[in-house]
Amino acid sequence: MRVYARQPVNLTQVRIPRGQVFLIPDRCKGCQMCVEFCPQQVLRMSTAMNARGYHYPEIAPGKENACVHCEFCMMVCPEFAIFTLEVDSA
Amino acid sequence: MAHALVAEKHPLDDLIRRDRMPHIWCPGCGIGIVMRCYAQAILESGIPVERHVVVSGIGCTARVPGYMNLDSYHATHGRPIPFAIGLKLAKPELMVTVFSGDGDLAAIGGNHLIHAARRNVDIKVICINNFNYGMTGGQVGPTTPLGAKTTTTPYGNPEHPFNLPYLLAAAGAVFVSRWTTLHVRQIKRDILYSFRKPGFTFIEVLSPCPVGFGRPNDIEDGVEEMRIYRRRSQLVYRVPDEVPWEALEVDLREERPIYVGRFVDREREVFQPVRR
Amino acid sequence: MKGRGVLTGVHFMHGDHACAEGAIAAGCRFFAGYPITPSTEIAERLAQRLPEVGGVFIQMEDEIASIVAVIGASAAGARAMTATSGPGFSLMMESVGLAAMMEIPCVIVDVQRGSPSTGLPTLPGQADVMQARWGSHGDYEIAAYAPWSPQEMFDLTVLAFNVADRFRIPVMVMADEVVGHMVERVVIPPEDQIPRWERKRPRYPAGDGFKPFLVEDEDLVPPMVHAGEGYRVHFTGLTHDERGYPDMSAETHHRLVTRLVEKVRRNASQMIRYDTYALDDAKIVVISYGCTARSARRAVADARRMGIPAGLLRLISLWPFPADVVRELARQADAFIVAEMNLGQMICEVERYVSQPVKGVFHAGGAMIPPDPILQAIREVAFHGPRAGGGKASAG
Repeated sequence: MRVYARQPVNLTQVRIPRGQVFLIPDRCKGCQMCVEFCPQQVLRMSTAMNARGYHYPEIAPGKENACVHCEFCMMVCPEFAIFTLEVDSA
Repeated sequence: MAHALVAEKHPLDDLIRRDRMPHIWCPGCGIGIVMRCYAQAILESGIPVERHVVVSGIGCTARVPGYMNLDSYHATHGRPIPFAIGLKLAKPELMVTVFSGDGDLAAIGGNHLIHAARRNVDIKVICINNFNYGMTGGQVGPTTPLGAKTTTTPYGNPEHPFNLPYLLAAAGAVFVSRWTTLHVRQIKRDILYSFRKPGFTFIEVLSPCPVGFGRPNDIEDGVEEMRIYRRRSQLVYRVPDEVPWEALEVDLREERPIYVGRFVDREREVFQPVRR
Repeated sequence: MKGRGVLTGVHFMHGDHACAEGAIAAGCRFFAGYPITPSTEIAERLAQRLPEVGGVFIQMEDEIASIVAVIGASAAGARAMTATSGPGFSLMMESVGLAAMMEIPCVIVDVQRGSPSTGLPTLPGQADVMQARWGSHGDYEIAAYAPWSPQEMFDLTVLAFNVADRFRIPVMVMADEVVGHMVERVVIPPEDQIPRWERKRPRYPAGDGFKPFLVEDEDLVPPMVHAGEGYRVHFTGLTHDERGYPDMSAETHHRLVTRLVEKVRRNASQMIRYDTYALDDAKIVVISYGCTARSARRAVADARRMGIPAGLLRLISLWPFPADVVRELARQADAFIVAEMNLGQMICEVERYVSQPVKGVFHAGGAMIPPDPILQAIREVAFHGPRAGGGKASAG
């Protein structure tokens, strides 16, 4: 993420959400849109395969806590195969 | 979170015919994206699911009703709009959405499209434009851009495509917008808006069709076409103040802008059958 | 008159208008149509009357939109009808198949005119009768009725709605320009005397596992669910299973299409209508329908006065064809004569079921076949034997 010179005034008060990624691997068709468009680059394609022979995404190393529950992966997935739920931040 | 967790059920599964998933669309096809936006909009619409009805014709996009857990009607090629008109006029409390493709709505169904817009019947049309006839293997359609390769235009399309927003605006639709499958928030927001706006509404969504259109036109896959959308789509607030209507024609040659946005949002008397 | 649904009483009424009144009396509250001579008066009358009774009239952009809107309205629960003539009937054929496949009831009135193509817009014909049965692609069955008077325009339209709703099929009213445009006495009964057969309704509530196309009755008719009732069913023109889901297998296809056809064949006796005149001891059986039957009746009456044992079987239901009646007549008759205003269509059905010679009295359309050619055919058969003249004759 780019860091801009100005920061929001309420940066310390605003709580950035944290998300848990959920997959339904058997629905995935390996189109990689979630990987491409996640703003935090949380996902990468795994080497695992589902029953139809498609690779499906996994959390990229080092990105375990990077999901901010923006839900873009859910919105851009054509297969109803991925979504996030908000987790209480520590 | 350390890993992605495996889930049994997607939050929108109640609106999907789970026993038919996964759907038939190709990897990288954008139809599923718009279907998800539609399902989300139905959930947020405040209208009971029982009153929502979805109607389609023939084509890949027209398979959407088969996967939605609603009263759904998969009619003949080009005819979802008159079917929807019959449903709506016989039972006005229904919220009738036509979900079909560019060929189905603008070629064989073209006459019904313009007349329904002219009448301003209260039906919601979602037109997924993937620039070809995908189901039958990628033939040229009424929205195939100039010069594009398809199985029936192997030397490049010699015809101009329909400029659908311009066409619908002229025909009398009260709400016309165009987005791409990248603009997921706007699609859902506009579907919700169209539920609340009486009259004939038309939302065009440009979508990748990696097998039918992408491959013959050197677009590697669905993600690549989405990158093209990201690069070239340009939001327009006011037509023709910012750009002329003619500029809304989609042209995929060179790096020309693809204009998206809400193009028409106006008030017009909604069609009401005569009562005495 | 304003606001009255059923115009009970004795009227001197135009055939097309009687058809429109029959629709309203049957509870039709949706009409989508397109003007075409000689059916336009049906649309015009309904444009006037439907708003009075709380129904919907809409003139669509073409005949295809008309029939599809009718099917959509019926899917939402309304009794819905359209009216047209030959050229529009041809345009509607794909949708006849759709209605048959989705099992959505609808009524299509074809006021036949001179054909083929643009033909004779203002003059009669009866050449669409085979098309009514076979017009759409694929295997399916429908019912079709041929009125011979404005009274029957009323009565058979009521019957058409009942048959359509009860068996979930498209039903045609095959009128002709003579019957559609003539003005004659029409008696409209009180509302409570107008028969009404309702659609079969589901016996299970909505819920997971509800199968809209599961047939549990002998009559092979599945219960009808309408849009907005909470059943969330899928209707498709694709081959489908009991859940309504597309199923691209030969086995499902054979099972479904066979049921759609058997559904009509098994219930044919409830749909078949015919009329007889002087048939008890007839040796020469004349078969006719629609306006031509009026001339045939006169010809048979004249033949009887000459001592010829002729009789008339008037087809009221063209489809399902009253095969059993014809087979039964073949036990007593020496010869059959089919009089129709086309170059030989229903004669094919008669020939299928009898071994006697069948003589045709035909005209391609444009004017009623007068009684005389039919009487001449009867006389020729009577005096020169059934095989005289060899085969079919044209009324010229």
